Amino acid sequence: MDWDWNFVREIMPTLIQGVKITILATILGSILAAIVGLAIALARRSENRIVARSVGWFAEFIRGTPLLVQLYFIFYVLPDIGILLPPLVAGVIGLGLHYGTYTAEVYRAGIDNVPRGQWEAAKACNLNGRHTWTYIILPQAIPPMIPALANYFIAMFKETPLLSAITVLELMNQAKSVANTYYRYIEPMTLVGAFFLVISLCSVVLLRWLEHRYGRIER
Amino acid sequence: MTQWSGYLGLILQGALVTIELTLMGSVLALIMAFLAGMGRVSRFFILRAIATAYIEFFRGTSIFVQLFWAYFVLPFAGLSLTPLQAGVLALALNVGAYAAEVVRGAILSVGREQYEACTALNLGRWQGMRHVILPQALLVMLPTFGNNAIELLKATSVVSLISLADLTFQAQVVRSQTGSTLMPFLSVLIIYFALALIISWGVRTLERRMARGLDGVRV
Repeated sequence: MDWDWNFVREIMPTLIQGVKITILATILGSILAAIVGLAIALARRSENRIVARSVGWFAEFIRGTPLLVQLYFIFYVLPDIGILLPPLVAGVIGLGLHYGTYTAEVYRAGIDNVPRGQWEAAKACNLNGRHTWTYIILPQAIPPMIPALANYFIAMFKETPLLSAITVLELMNQAKSVANTYYRYIEPMTLVGAFFLVISLCSVVLLRWLEHRYGRIER
Repeated sequence: MTQWSGYLGLILQGALVTIELTLMGSVLALIMAFLAGMGRVSRFFILRAIATAYIEFFRGTSIFVQLFWAYFVLPFAGLSLTPLQAGVLALALNVGAYAAEVVRGAILSVGREQYEACTALNLGRWQGMRHVILPQALLVMLPTFGNNAIELLKATSVVSLISLADLTFQAQVVRSQTGSTLMPFLSVLIIYFALALIISWGVRTLERRMARGLDGVRV
């Protein structure tokens, strides 16, 4: 076991390329998760009991099963029914759906935390359903939940190596191919770990700041 | 239709491996969680530092990277692990780090007056922890431990990538042998979900058991 700095310098550009894809997948996945989560949270509050129930069960099912199998499902089963997706798109959809079911709980808690009086005031001002949501409820509900959402996005970032299983060329996959080419595992694998550690430690600092900025609700 | 019964047998074999991994991983994770969690509330700086370093490291890097590191890099350091050992080790250390924070939070959530009562009764630090603090903290930890166990169950799917024949691996085997995609992946998803439901049901039952006779005592 010896650490070779020249080898590290040689493989760095490839790994950096992988990091870019990893970050891209995380950002796209986060956007999708934020949208899907809101949609699930709203659907579960729907007047229509059947919609609310079935969406609830669907979310429960996705949360109880592994992301890896869901990725395989999207990547292998959908082409059979005629939907052909590039690996990265399939990966982003998988990440977004999976973490959407988690962020849905954050939205639910955030919406429940808006005081009753706000709903009543909206009704008293004769706002319709859509205006109540867009002008009264969501603007108050979303800022306090930003830290919790960011927490899930960091968790998602740590799950992106799973995308290598469906052939997305992200950091882990680049490291694996480098390792298999030169048959040196120590440097690539350790560097991948170091990249993840550095990025998640940085994001923890960002999270603290977000908590400081948005965490408190002033009423 | 080909002989699904034979393939179903293969998938059930995978389910056994998954259950085995989950059980062994949970036991080891529980031990790590208590060691690190109590380490974080220790009086001694060095214990706190070690526990914090362990928790931050294993929460900061992804489970996937840890698993690959254990499986591919450790052999170069002269420590060869079978896929099962590497899987259990990586899963337990990763989930143990998350659960350690739960242990810490639960111990801190026990009221100040309980600690004062321990002092008043002339209990030593360890005696107080063992007879007064932990029995109350355990009840607080239990629901989150249930969630952690489900996370561990879901994370076991990753070991299929280091060629351990668990549920996900068998699903891939069935896919490559039959060319059918929907049947293996859907049945595997359902099995995972059923296992997750069993865990959450078990934890709820255990919680009711332990909460018995504590009504009126807890605030």
